[in-house]
Amino acid sequence: MKRQEGSKGTLGEPSRGGRLMRLRGLVRKEFLQILRDPSSIAIAFVMPVVLLLLFGYGLSLDAEHVPLAVVVEEPSAETASFIGSFQQSRYFELVPLSNMRQAEQALREHRVKGIIYLRENFARQRRSIGAAPVQIILNGVDANTARLVQGYVNGAWEKWLELEARSNGVPLTIPVQVSERVWFNSELRSQDYLVPGLIAVIMTLIGALLTAMVMAREWERGTMEALLVTPVAIQEVLLGKLVPYFVLGMGGLILSVGTAVGLFAIPLRGSVVVLFAASSLFLLAALGMGLLISIVAKNQFVAGQIAIIVTFLPAFILSGFIFDIGSMPWPIQMITHLIPARYLVAILQTVFLAGNVPSVIWPNGAALLLMAILFLSLGRWKSHKRLE
Amino acid sequence: MWQRVAALIVKEFLALLKDPKSRFVIVIPPMIQLLVFGYAATYDLNDIPYAVYNEDPGAEGRELLAGFRLSPHFREIAHLSHDADIAPLIDKREVLLVVHIGPRFSRDLATAQSASVQVIVDGRNSNTALLALGYVRSIVHRFNDQWAARHGQPKPPAQLEMRAWFNPNLESRWFIVPGIVALLTLVVTMLVTALSVAREREQGTFDQLLVTPFRPAEILLGKALPGFIIGIGEATVIVLLAIFWFKVPLWGSLLTLYTGITLFLVSAIGVGLMISSLAVTQQQGLLGAFFFLVPAIILSGFATPIANMPSFIQKITLVNPMRYFMEILRGVFLEGMPFLMLVDQFWPMAVIGGVNLTLAGWLFRRRLY
Repeated sequence: MKRQEGSKGTLGEPSRGGRLMRLRGLVRKEFLQILRDPSSIAIAFVMPVVLLLLFGYGLSLDAEHVPLAVVVEEPSAETASFIGSFQQSRYFELVPLSNMRQAEQALREHRVKGIIYLRENFARQRRSIGAAPVQIILNGVDANTARLVQGYVNGAWEKWLELEARSNGVPLTIPVQVSERVWFNSELRSQDYLVPGLIAVIMTLIGALLTAMVMAREWERGTMEALLVTPVAIQEVLLGKLVPYFVLGMGGLILSVGTAVGLFAIPLRGSVVVLFAASSLFLLAALGMGLLISIVAKNQFVAGQIAIIVTFLPAFILSGFIFDIGSMPWPIQMITHLIPARYLVAILQTVFLAGNVPSVIWPNGAALLLMAILFLSLGRWKSHKRLE
Repeated sequence: MWQRVAALIVKEFLALLKDPKSRFVIVIPPMIQLLVFGYAATYDLNDIPYAVYNEDPGAEGRELLAGFRLSPHFREIAHLSHDADIAPLIDKREVLLVVHIGPRFSRDLATAQSASVQVIVDGRNSNTALLALGYVRSIVHRFNDQWAARHGQPKPPAQLEMRAWFNPNLESRWFIVPGIVALLTLVVTMLVTALSVAREREQGTFDQLLVTPFRPAEILLGKALPGFIIGIGEATVIVLLAIFWFKVPLWGSLLTLYTGITLFLVSAIGVGLMISSLAVTQQQGLLGAFFFLVPAIILSGFATPIANMPSFIQKITLVNPMRYFMEILRGVFLEGMPFLMLVDQFWPMAVIGGVNLTLAGWLFRRRLY
C-alpha cells in the first residue's frame, strides 16, 4: 500500500469537494448500517433513559425509616419522653422488644439496624447523678449508613435535651451551637448529586458500546479490506465512523439531560451551552476510546471483553460520581486522571448544582479536550491501511 | 459422556486462551481492578480540606479551632480574612467547608453562656457533606463538654454510648471489599460466557457442534464448566487478597462462603449462556452482557443499600443473583453468619441458575438460523 498517509500522497491528490463527497458516502453507509441493525439506535436512545430511570430511583444514600429495636427495661415517664423524640423522627422506625436477647437476635438476623437500650436504672440515674447512660448499638457492616444513623441519633438526642430543658423550665444553654449552611444542595438529597454523575457514567457506556465493536466487526467480516482497496483515506474511514455515532450519542445525551431536569427535578443552575459543549468533548473522547479498543482488538470477542473491563467499572468507581476522589489515596487519585468520566462528572455536578464556575469548567474542559485528542490520534496512529 | 464433555472443555479453554489478548484480559485486569477499586471505593473521609475565617479576637475561638486542627479528619487549607473569600474557595472545590467564627464569639460565650459558629458546607456531594457535618458536630460537642465542665454547668441528663457491631471502627473498606469479590467474579464469568455461543454462531462452528453426536446437555456443560473453573479460581484469588492484603476479617466458615460462590457462579453462568444463546451476533451478545451487568451491579447493594431504594425497585432486585451473593459475602466475612441463616440467600440463586441454564440449553437447539 503506497498511500499509507492517506491523501497526503502524490498519487491523485483529491480535490476538497471529492474528499467531502467520499466522506458523505461513508457517513451514509454507516447510517444505513445503523438503520439495518437497530440495536445501535436502541443503545443510543433507549438505554440512557432506561438506565437513568432505574439508577436515578435506585441509587440513594439517604437512609430513612431505619428499623431500630427499642429495649426499655423499666418503662417510666422519663423513658417515654426519651423514646418519643426518636418516634417523631422520620429517620427511624422503632421496634419495641422486651429484652436484650431478643434485640440482639433481631440485629443478627438483619430485622433491625440497631438497638436503643435503656437500662432499668435510667430514671434513677437521671435523678441522682444527672447523666444516665443510653446504649446505642448499630450494625456497622454498612459503615456509611451506620455513620449517617449515628448522626440522626445525635439529632434526636439533642431534640430531646431541648424538650427536657423546656419542660423543666430551665432554658437549655449549649455553649457553642453550630449553624449549618449547606450550599448548592440545602436539603442534602443524594439524588441531586448522583443523577448528574450518572449521566457521565451512562454516556461512557453508550460511547464505548457504540463504537467498540464497529471497527472490529469490519476487520472480522472482511469488509475492511474492501474499504482499503477504495481510494478513501484511513482518517476518512475513521471520520465516517465517528460522525454518525456522535450524532446518536448527542441524541442520547439530550434525552438524559431532559430526564434529569424534567423527571428528577434536578436544578440546572448553569448554562445549557456549557453542559453540551463539555458533553460533546466527552463524547468525542468516549467514542475515541471505543474506536481505539476496536482497532487494537481487531476481533469482536476481545473488543467486547476490553469494553466491559475498561468502561463501566472505572467510570462507576473512579470518576467521583459516588466515591469522593479526595478521600482516595494519592496513587489512586493519579489513576483517576486517566478516566475521562472523572472530568465530566466534575463539570456536570457543578453545572447542575452550583452554576457556571469557570475555575471548575475550564481545567476539566481542557482535560476532556486533551483526552479526546489523545484517544482519537492514538486511534488514527494505530490504524493502518494495510493488511497484516 | 464425561470424556466427551472433557474434550469440549479443552476445546473451550483453547478458544478462550488461544488469543494472547483474550488471555490477558481475563487474568490481569481483575487483579489490578481489585487493588485499585479496593482503595478507591471508600466513603470514609480523611483530610477534609477546610478553611478558617476567624473574626474573633478571644481565646475561646482559637480553642475551638484547635479541635479542628488536632482532628485526623480535617486538613486546614487557608485562613480567610474577608467574607468574599469564602465563595471562590468552595466553588472551586478547594475546600469542603469553611468554619466561620464571628467577631462576638468569645464575648457571647462569656456573657450569654452561648455562642454560635457558622459552618458553610459544599453540598454537591451530599454524602460527603453529611459525614463532614457529623465530624464538625462531634468536635463542637467535645468543646462544649470541656467548656461546661470548666464553668460548672450541669451535664446533660443522658449520655449516648454508641457502639457498632461487626465493624467497630466503621471502616467502609470492610463493607466494599467483600462486595468487589462479587463484582469482579460476575464480570469475569460474563466475559467468558456471554459472547461464547454468539461467536461460534457467527463463525458457523456452532452448527458443526450441533451435528456431532453431542447431546445439548453435554454442549451446555462444555460451555458452562470453563466459566465455572475460571470463576472459582478468580474468586479464590480475590478472597485471598481481601483477607491478606486488605485485612478484612473472615469470621464465617469457608464452606458457607464457597457454597455461596458456587451458587452465584451457577446463576451468573446461567444468565451469561442465556444471553449468549439468545444473541445472533456478537454485538448483540456484548449488548446483552452490558444490559445485565450494569443494572445487576448498581442494584445489588454494592454501593448503596437496597433498603434505601423505592419499593418497586426493591422488587426488581429480587431477580438479581448478585443481591443475594452480596448478603452472603458480607454476612460470612464480617458477621460470621452460619450456613443455616443464609439458606434464604442460597435458594434464589439456585433457582435463577437452574431456570437460565435450562432455557439456554433449550435455545441451543431452537435458534438455528
